[in-house]
Amino acid sequence: MSAKELKKNNIIENALKLFSKKGFYNTTIPDIAKAMKMSVGNMYNYFASKEELAKYAIKYSTNILANQLKEINHKQISSKEKIFLFTKQYLENVKNSPEVIEYFLRVYLSNREVFAQGCEGFLCVSEFVTEVMILLDEGAQSGEFREQEFFTAFSMIMGCLGGFAFLSGEKVLDKDLIEYSNSISENIYRALKSDKA
Amino acid sequence: MIRHKPKVVWIQAITCNGNTHSLLSSNYSRFELFLNSFDFFYHPSLTTQNSLEDVFSLKEIDFLLIEGAISSNKEFYSISNNDTLSLLEKLANKSKYIICVGSCASYGGVHAKFEENKQIKGVSDYLISWNLEKIKHPIINLTGCPVHPEWILQTLFSLKQRETIALDENKRPKEIYYGLAHHGCTRNEYFEWKVEAKSFGVKEGCLFYEQGCRAPMTHSNCNRILWNDVNSKTRAGMPCIGCTEFDFPRNNMLETKKNIGIPMDVPLGINKRAYLTLTGVAKTFKIDRLNKKLIE
Repeated sequence: MSAKELKKNNIIENALKLFSKKGFYNTTIPDIAKAMKMSVGNMYNYFASKEELAKYAIKYSTNILANQLKEINHKQISSKEKIFLFTKQYLENVKNSPEVIEYFLRVYLSNREVFAQGCEGFLCVSEFVTEVMILLDEGAQSGEFREQEFFTAFSMIMGCLGGFAFLSGEKVLDKDLIEYSNSISENIYRALKSDKA
Repeated sequence: MIRHKPKVVWIQAITCNGNTHSLLSSNYSRFELFLNSFDFFYHPSLTTQNSLEDVFSLKEIDFLLIEGAISSNKEFYSISNNDTLSLLEKLANKSKYIICVGSCASYGGVHAKFEENKQIKGVSDYLISWNLEKIKHPIINLTGCPVHPEWILQTLFSLKQRETIALDENKRPKEIYYGLAHHGCTRNEYFEWKVEAKSFGVKEGCLFYEQGCRAPMTHSNCNRILWNDVNSKTRAGMPCIGCTEFDFPRNNMLETKKNIGIPMDVPLGINKRAYLTLTGVAKTFKIDRLNKKLIE
């Protein structure tokens, strides 16, 4: 990775924290520059606008999930085990770098107008969606998962995980987040599994 | 180069006559040239001066064309008191070239799926261990259900001229089967942008995602060498059913097999992960022009 790309990623990591805490509109480029100890002018050498930064940030954060799920998909294990592994890893992300998931929930899903041009549909999250497709496709091919439409299956996984990330962010859970891992995985698996499995 | 008019003998085994019909639909001037260039000695469904007995008394056959599947089951299917296998045996031994015309002759086709007769197979399945005395070239499979008439004529003319042709791993002439039915499909732009056909028979939309079209994984040139010189299945709004491939006929041929909404088979030679990413991205574009009728 070039020095410029490293710096860009560094800016994105700082921006993610600010965006997820303060929201997209309440965070300014000078805020991010200040967190980076950079001049505002220099910031614009890396990103032409706040909108552009927001789009890079969504690609960056979903690619973290995409790479984790890709690694799980490559393992020679059952689809049930893959669901359990991915759920655990997702919750660990929420616990250790909450800004990555919070950004998705609080900026990407709430400020759709920012992403309307250039991040339509799956354009900026396609690598992650592809990995979910691979997970579901292989599970159905082996007979572990039942036949259903893609979006209903997709939202069973992501709706459940996203909902839990939200509950965690609101600090309403009684137990440590990771302790819920097995029962969430079980719920997701039961929603997907074939009656014969 | 062969100076005399080469003798062509066409025999039929277990068949629906589809390839014969196809031959008779060939381009008029090409068929005339064929009749002038070859000695079309025998065909069981066409009026010729010769009988099957005359064929048996021939010492040598230049081109033996076989239409239909072969069975070793003597009770099952016979022609002039010959079961199909002994008929093949009598003629294969005196032939220089053996050409399987159609999917049934090539690998048993639809008849091989008939569970009551497990001995139904393609010509090569039976001849593979035989010592064919006169043969000058490996057996050629012209797969297709039916075969395109031009494929038969092109193969005969090529062999007459050059005596040999290059074959692929399924013994099909490379010249004919190197490309995919997808090549030359007039719907390729719809395929690129994932715009689906709303029904059969319309000019607009791709038939791959919903209607079971196998063109991106089927070796054939039928979108370039058109049927009756004017049309092809996909141009007419009928999905390619993969009739030139060795898994034909498959079940549910007019449906795209999916797992949780994701196509099970992806175009030949493309990694599934990469294909799904591309598809997801392409679907996000909505191109008005491609969602309209071509002719209002």
